[in-house]
Amino acid sequence: MNRQSLMRWWFTATLVVALLLMLVPLPGPLAPFKPYWPALVLLYWSLESEDRVTLGLAFAVGLGADVVNGVVLGEQALRLCALVFIALRFRSRLRFFPMWQQSLAVLVLLLNDRVLLLLVRFLGGASLPPASWWIAPFVGAALWPFLFLLLDDLRARWRIQ
Amino acid sequence: MAHARDESSPLFAGNAAGTLRLIFYLALAVVLMVLDQRNGWMWRVRDAAAAVVEPVYRLAGLPVAGMRTLSVAFGDRQHLTEQNQRLREDLLLANAKLNRMAAVAQQNQHLKELLDTRHSLELNVQLARVIGVDLGAYSHRLMLNVGARDGVKPGQPVIDAHGVMGQVIESLPTTSVVMLVTDPAHAIPVVVERTGLRTVAYGSRGGDQLVLPTIPLAADVQPGDQLLTSGLGGRFPPGFPVGRVTEVAPAATGMFLVAQVQPAADIGRSEDVLLLHDQAEPDGPPAPAKPMGPPSELAPANAADAPATPPAPPGVSR
Repeated sequence: MNRQSLMRWWFTATLVVALLLMLVPLPGPLAPFKPYWPALVLLYWSLESEDRVTLGLAFAVGLGADVVNGVVLGEQALRLCALVFIALRFRSRLRFFPMWQQSLAVLVLLLNDRVLLLLVRFLGGASLPPASWWIAPFVGAALWPFLFLLLDDLRARWRIQ
Repeated sequence: MAHARDESSPLFAGNAAGTLRLIFYLALAVVLMVLDQRNGWMWRVRDAAAAVVEPVYRLAGLPVAGMRTLSVAFGDRQHLTEQNQRLREDLLLANAKLNRMAAVAQQNQHLKELLDTRHSLELNVQLARVIGVDLGAYSHRLMLNVGARDGVKPGQPVIDAHGVMGQVIESLPTTSVVMLVTDPAHAIPVVVERTGLRTVAYGSRGGDQLVLPTIPLAADVQPGDQLLTSGLGGRFPPGFPVGRVTEVAPAATGMFLVAQVQPAADIGRSEDVLLLHDQAEPDGPPAPAKPMGPPSELAPANAADAPATPPAPPGVSR
């Protein structure tokens, strides 16, 4: 297998694993701490390999996420599209931020994502979520450096671009 | 195409094509959402993609199943022995109760035959296992390992050993999704066991309780009252425990009392649940009560000439 196809496989695998991680439940009290994995992985790829991540891909991943886990078809597609768009727009700057600043940026992106979700749910007639619902973006931002370093390290080790 | 952008203006890139594409995709997503909201496309897509989606659920359920197996395999012996002992005691107690109930049930059956009612105490149930999958949406849903192929239909009530858990809202070929009674979008008609007051219990916003938001101010509801399904609406059969009132307070508007209810079912922990198969009654208001009395066959022969019962009143209009 050459590097190119290895890379493609690895790229797809991370996205699929992110979708699976989204489905795996955490035990009761920890449940609100679960980060939004597809967003984190898509963010990583949109920063690191821009030509792979497009809005179309974000839309497709979001649709997939909606089919396996979602309330309304298109909800996560919308959220991921908005997220990836912002990330791609500020990509050049985000890439050269120091890690803590990058984490902060991720936090803002994830919070924005929650606000979007809230808006969609609200328009759909759902009730307001409990306060613990807002914990997840912070967990996501705290995990960001580790995820970033792990994925970067694996990529460097396998020498795939 | 991405490289082109890099060359043009890497730091403050603001290309119109990207924005246009974003708008296009956002609009597409919004259209999808609206169509789905109107026509329920989600279920159809899931049905069509069931061959792909269900293995994903099974795969995502593996860690939880693994944890259960591990906790049995490595659970310390004393704990398991204790659990076993407790289960034995429970079984003994339940059996003893059942034996006593059998006589009563038989008597009840006989009396009901005399009254010519067809409600029976027997349950037609199907055992199902919960698949540990996080379905998002503030997680007021469960996934079961039985589906349309096992005869599961949307609308079937789901109970556990202690009370009503919810109802099936979607059935894929081999899995089904249950909406819990604690879901804010769920409502279940209940009756207060002590006083016979009928009302409706909604899922609470927090998601682990139920609320009775519309109790008349004059009604007598106290903490500790037991709630049963009332059977109105025809979805849940009557007489199953729903919960226990924990707190009663006047509503913010001052027009009603609001009661908080702790669900009777073990919502967060049940691994095995029961699906009720007989839908209680068709949708709509229950049939008007028949005039009481023994069935006409039991009547003496000479009474048959007389007009026995007045014609049934016309159906209640809503």
